[in-house]
This record gives sequence, C-alpha cells and structure tokens, in this order.
Amino acid sequence: MLGKLSLDAFMHDSLIIIFANVIMIGSGLALAAAITYYGKWGYLYREWLTTVDHKKIGIMYIIFAFIWLLRGLIDASMVRAQQAAIGAGAEEGFLHASHFAELFTGHGTMMIFFMAMPFLIGLMNIVIPTQIGARDVAFPFLNSLSFWLTAAAGGLVMISLLIGQFSTAGWTGYPPYSALPYSPSAGVDYWIWALQISGISTTLTGVNFLVTIMKKRAPGMTLMRMPMFIWTSLCTNILMVLSFPALTVVLALLALDRSFGFHFFTGDMGGDQMMYINMFWIWGHPEVYILVLPAFGIFSEITATYCNKRLFGYTSMVWATMAIAFLSFTVWVHHFFTMGQDSTRNAAFGIATMIIAIPTGVKIYDWMWTMFRGRIEFKLPMLWLIGFLITFTMGGMSGVLLAIPGADFKMHNSLFLVAHFHNVLVPGTMFGLMAGFYYWFPKSFGFTLNEKWGRHSFWGWLIGFYVAFVPLYMLGIMGMPRRMVTYDNPAWGPWLIVAAIGLLIVLYGVFAMFMQIYVSIRDRDQNRDVTGDPWGGRTLEWATSSPPPEYNFAVIPTVADRDPFLDMKIRGTAYERPEKYEDIHMPNSTPDGVIIAGFAFIFGFGFVWSIWWLAALAALGMVVTVIVRGCRDDHGFHIPAEEVKRIEDARYEQLKASGVFERIKHIKDFGDDRTGVPANKMSNANL
Amino acid sequence: MSTETVGYESDIKHDDEISRASRADTEVNFGFWIYLMSDVILFSMLFVAYLDLSWRTAGGPTSSELFELPLVFAETMALLISSLTFGLAMVAMHAGNRQRVMMWLGVTFGLGLCFISMELYEFNHLVAEGAGPQRSAFLSAFFALVGTHGLHVTAGLIWIAVMIGQIATKGLNAHVVSRMARLSLFWHFLDLVWIAVFSTVYLAGVMQ
Repeated sequence: MLGKLSLDAFMHDSLIIIFANVIMIGSGLALAAAITYYGKWGYLYREWLTTVDHKKIGIMYIIFAFIWLLRGLIDASMVRAQQAAIGAGAEEGFLHASHFAELFTGHGTMMIFFMAMPFLIGLMNIVIPTQIGARDVAFPFLNSLSFWLTAAAGGLVMISLLIGQFSTAGWTGYPPYSALPYSPSAGVDYWIWALQISGISTTLTGVNFLVTIMKKRAPGMTLMRMPMFIWTSLCTNILMVLSFPALTVVLALLALDRSFGFHFFTGDMGGDQMMYINMFWIWGHPEVYILVLPAFGIFSEITATYCNKRLFGYTSMVWATMAIAFLSFTVWVHHFFTMGQDSTRNAAFGIATMIIAIPTGVKIYDWMWTMFRGRIEFKLPMLWLIGFLITFTMGGMSGVLLAIPGADFKMHNSLFLVAHFHNVLVPGTMFGLMAGFYYWFPKSFGFTLNEKWGRHSFWGWLIGFYVAFVPLYMLGIMGMPRRMVTYDNPAWGPWLIVAAIGLLIVLYGVFAMFMQIYVSIRDRDQNRDVTGDPWGGRTLEWATSSPPPEYNFAVIPTVADRDPFLDMKIRGTAYERPEKYEDIHMPNSTPDGVIIAGFAFIFGFGFVWSIWWLAALAALGMVVTVIVRGCRDDHGFHIPAEEVKRIEDARYEQLKASGVFERIKHIKDFGDDRTGVPANKMSNANL
Repeated sequence: MSTETVGYESDIKHDDEISRASRADTEVNFGFWIYLMSDVILFSMLFVAYLDLSWRTAGGPTSSELFELPLVFAETMALLISSLTFGLAMVAMHAGNRQRVMMWLGVTFGLGLCFISMELYEFNHLVAEGAGPQRSAFLSAFFALVGTHGLHVTAGLIWIAVMIGQIATKGLNAHVVSRMARLSLFWHFLDLVWIAVFSTVYLAGVMQ
C-alpha cells in the first residue's frame, strides 16, 4: 500500500539529523504561524504563488537560493569540522561514514542545483526582459512553472531529511555505488528525482529565455547591440536546452535500473557503468559553463558601469562566449581521464580542455582593458570583480594543470581537484552572484544595499576562500583523496584545521551578507533609489523605475547603439514621454504552475518509495492540469491607458524632483570614451 | 506547414489572425521548435545507449532472434500514413473546413492507435518469451528507446483527442489553429524519430 515506506523511515540514529529536523520543521511551522498571524495567506497566493511576473519570479528564485546556500554551507561546515576534528586528535571524528557521505553529497547537490542555478536563473529573470526592452519573458506561465518545479525538487531534498535519508553516492551518483545493491535505501532515489524535476525545470527555462532573447528584443537592438549579460545568458540557455536532456536520460536510466530492475548500469547482465559516466559528464561539463557564463555576463555589466567606460573588445567578448559554449561540449572526458580509455582519447580531450581556457583568457584581458584608463569607482561590485579576476584566474590555471592526463592520474579525485573546482565556482559563480545581487537589488526593491556590511561580506568570502582552499591544494599534492570521513596521516591534520578556519571566515562573510540585508531594510528610507538609476547605468533596465511598473515599459524603447540607455542620455532622449499612452496587454496570474509542481513533488515522492498508485495519480494530475490549461483560451487582461498614464506621470514628477533631468544635460561633459572626454571628469554615476 | 490555402473561395477563411496564428515564426512555435531540438538530444542519448548496449545480450536473446520485420513494417506504415493524414488535416484546416479537419484527425488517431497497439503487442510478446527489459542490457536499452518513442506517440494521441474536442466545441479559432500547428510539428517529428528507430534498431538488428 505504501510501497517501501514504513515508520522506519522516520527513525534517525544521528542526534544531529534529529536536531536538523527539529529546526526544519520548527522554522516551517513558525513561518506558517507568522503568515497566519499577519493574515497574509491571501496576499501570498495572489501576489506570489500565482504570479507570472518575471520580476517576482526572480525574487522567489533568489530567496530560494539563499535558503539552500545556508543548507549547503551547513553541510560543508560539518564536513570540514569532521576532518579538522580528526586532525586535532579525535580519531573517528563525530560523524559516522554514511552521515558524512550524505553531507558531501548534499553539499554538492544543493549548491549546484538549489543555490547556484536558481540564483542565476533568478537574476536572469529580474534582468533580461527589462534589459532587452521587453515587457516580460516569451512564456510567462512556463516561467512560473519552472520556478515551482525547482521548488518541488527542493522540497524532495528537504523531506529526505525527515523521511528516509539522502543519497550517499556523491553529487555525481556513479554506479555501481548508486545502483540498488550498494544503495538500497531511498537516498539515491530522492537524489534522482530532485535532479530530474529541477532538470526539467531548467530545460523549460532554457527554452523560455532563448525565445525571449531571440524574439522579444526592443526594436533596434540587433544581436551585436545586446548587453554582454544578454549574450552570456543566451549562450547559457542554449547550453541548458542542449545539455539537460542528457541528464534527463541518464537519471531516467538509473531510475529504471533501481526501480524496475533494468540493466543499464548494473554489474551483471550486460550493464555498462562507463556509459553512465560518459552520459553524466556530457551533461556535467556544459553544466559548469552554465554556472559560470552568466557570472561572466554580470562582471561585464559591472566593469563597464563602475569604470565608466564601455566594455573593451565587445566583439571579442561575444565570440569568446560563443566559443566557450561550443567548446564546452568537447571536453567532457577530462572528468574521468583515469577511467581506462586509451591515451590517444585522453590526449584529445586534454588538448580540447586547454583550448577552452583561451576564450576565457580573452575575457579576462577584456575586463582588465576595460578598467585601464577608466574612471573607476571602487564600490562593492568592483571589489567582487577584482577578487574574481585574480582568484578565478588561479582556479583556471589549476584546471589547465589537471587537463594534462598524466598529471591528472595523480590528482584525480584528490583534494587538488576539489580545490580547483571551488576555485572557479566560488570566485566565478558565487562572487558574480554576490556582485549581481548588490548591483540589481535596488532595481527590484527600490533601495540600495548597505555598502559597509557588503564589504565585510566580500572580505569574509575572499579571505575565507583562500584560507579554506589553498590548504586543499596542498593536501591534494600531498596525496589526500576527497570525501574521506577519516584518515590516519598526521601530516594532513594541520592543513584541514586551517581549512576549517577558512570556512569559519566564509561564514562570517555570509553572516555579514544577512546583516547587510537586515540593515538595508531597516534603513531603506534613507537609501531610496528615486530615479531607478542608482549607478549611472548604461543599459535599458536602468531606464525603468525601481521597482519597475508591472508592464516594465509604457512604450517599448527604440535602441540605437550598444549601451542603449547611456546612448539615450547622450542623445537627450532618455526618459522621453510619449504623446499618448496605449492600453497594455498583460498575462493573467494562474495557480497552474504551483498545482503542476505540487503533483510533481508527489510523483517524485511516490517514485522514491515505490508507491506506484500515488505516483500514477500524481502523473494523472499533472496531465489533467496541463490539458485543462491547454483548453483554456486565455486572453490575459489589459491595463488601461489611463492607469498607465497615471503611473508614468507620477514617475515623471519623481524624476523631475530628483533633479536628474538637469544632471543628464551635462552628460556630454562627463560621458565616456566615446565622447572623447578627458579621464579626470566626473562620472555619470552621480545621476 | 505551408500557409497557402487550398480549397474553394467559400471555404477559405481570410482571417488574418488565423493565418498569423499558424505561421511558423510565431514565438510559441519557435519555442516549440526549441523544445523539439531538446527532444532530439534526448532521443540521441537513448540511441547512444542502445548502440552501446545492443551487443550486450548477457547470453540472452539477440536482436536477430527477436525482431519480426512484418510487424515492424505494419507499424511503420501505420505511422507514416498517419503523418500523411495529419497533413491532410492541416490542409483542411487552412481551407477552414471544420468537419474535414476532425475527420482526418480521427483517421490519424486511429492509425496512431494501431501503431501503439502493435507496439504493445510486440512488447507483451517479448516479455512473455522471457525477453523483457530485465533480461539483459540490450533489452533494457531496446525497451527504453522504443518505449520512450511510444510514450511520446501516446502523448500525441492524447493531444489529438483533445484537439478534436476543441475543434468540435470552439471551432477553428486562432488559439486552436495555433495549437494545431505545434501538434503537427510534434506528430511529424515522431514519425522522423521512428524512421531512425526502425533503421537503427530493427533493420540493423535483423542484419546482425
């Protein structure tokens, strides 16, 4: 009746896990109580659960990402604490092996699928439509569905803490360990379905943003006039569409093996475990470029804005981005040089891996050349940028070292590898996200974030990163493998203690970030973004108010050049008002996204515990909802022209009161290098 | 996917909204094409798995022992002709002839149902012979690839049924016409995948 589910699943032998469950359930109940107390269920349903507005969906993605950042860091802290404790003399540490394995599996899975991807997609949601001068993404409902599917997948991982356990097979889930004989519990199944559901969500997001970018750009915004964030997002979404189906297949095959006794990856009856590894990494390598390319785009935007200079080498940046995206499909074997294929194959992929470093290098140089002779404002995003430039380059170089198959035979699956990929993911993706969060926060919420706490956060992350991961490079060279619950080499202990201290410094940085948010909300009235353009922006999103009206633009702008908003300021056409306003057509809110995702959660849960009737019913529920939706001819609704005029007139008054029109008149005095102005003039950031 | 209208003047709907709704370059259709490309990758991975595992028969039955070409030929004809009949449905749609659209969709549905029935019969027969997906890696891959295609066809059949219902109740309005354009893409795409399937799996398998 309930498949493999029994009361045993609720029994946990680890006090830590019981404690974690208390916290999880307690926070959930507290949140529900608070919402009830303040009477906000209706508001939540109307404004957030059913919204198809990209601006709100983006905010939800980012809140979701912050929750998982905390969970992923907690898991990392326990791993570091365990290894440091052994270094300090506690022979077995305080975690038993299977809990330790759940922790490193959870850490990787959570950080990639539930922190980094949602954060990036959240930023893409907030920025892309306004940055291309559009009113929303191409498929607003699909956008809502994507978010809620990701939330459902996260829900599966959450519930695995309480009911059953999570996977112990690492975030990569290699068979035979992840196959039924070695992992008979529900853990790997939770992992499979969490990734499967969020993977489908990502594929849909890829389709959505690809069509949005290709079809909904404002008139005049040709491909070569798109901001770099749009270019990198375009390539990221192409990668999503082309690579995620591979993940869908490999997870499905593993699920068929585990749930129905198929033989894709079993040790007997013809199964081929090497095929899993190939299939997994054909997805897995493009995935890491999905993680990093948007961060590159964020840094491009930030560099140009805070250096008050247009991005150097735009064309080369575009080609480099496309080259990276293309080449990302040619290097996957470097994740398993040691698997047993011949050296010719390894050499080919080693060379391809080194080649992919070249366009990345082009981008690093382009950012540096943008800074050169720019009028740099050392605001927080510039700190993130410089931290990124130096630290990421180091990580890239360790990647090139690993790309040599012979060297990789020594370093594969050692802490050197772990240090390398954190060295590109943290300064690359994480710093990019932090910088983008600070940069675009005012656009979403109408007030700027506290700079001082932001700096604390930056230094915590930067110093903490080096203290946490340079020891791991050393340990890797000394021969320490990854994922070790216990070890007996006394030489390793001190380094692991240092690494744990590094993580504590990073945790201070995270604490500082939450302080930043708290202080900023507290002081928001002093830090209002009245004009919508707090940084002297160059791209179209800064032309809207902060936050933008529901429809983004009352009149779709016409673009004449790269950095279109700066161009409009220079020409004197910024903040132009039309003769008259038109009715604006908007899509309807709908609960269909939440409903389908709710069924997806139940489907996943049913599959995990082999409760087939439940899974079947949930699948039926999804199909029926889709069909019912597909039979509805939804025409959306219109915002009447008078309402638009009211909103726009109010904005115009606010702009006039802020004095921005006078300041813009002087833009020619302190424009950028296009206007040939000497470098010692004031920047347009004071607008 | 042609937008040229066929039929008599009295049948032709010169409704700009309708011909616009079914044009290949509308945003929704473009998005659907992108989804289809992701589906190509999905099937490619299943083909790769099949090719890798097709010789791993674990001492069990091989492809040359199992596949019956006459049945596969019948399935292929059913699906190919169903593509033709769907095309005729699209022609009728552009001519604005509701009844004829529903008729051809019904024929398409029937042929698709024949295909699925024959495939289910084949699967059942294999399982009864001890050649189910749990027998060997080769058979797992066979069932996964052919089965995934079959699941897609089943989804297409449900979609066709829903469209017949919509045309019956709403007529050929812009939304319905737009959805038909995407269903058309989907149905022909499945036909294309089947051609790849029977070449790679059945024809190559029988020649082994």
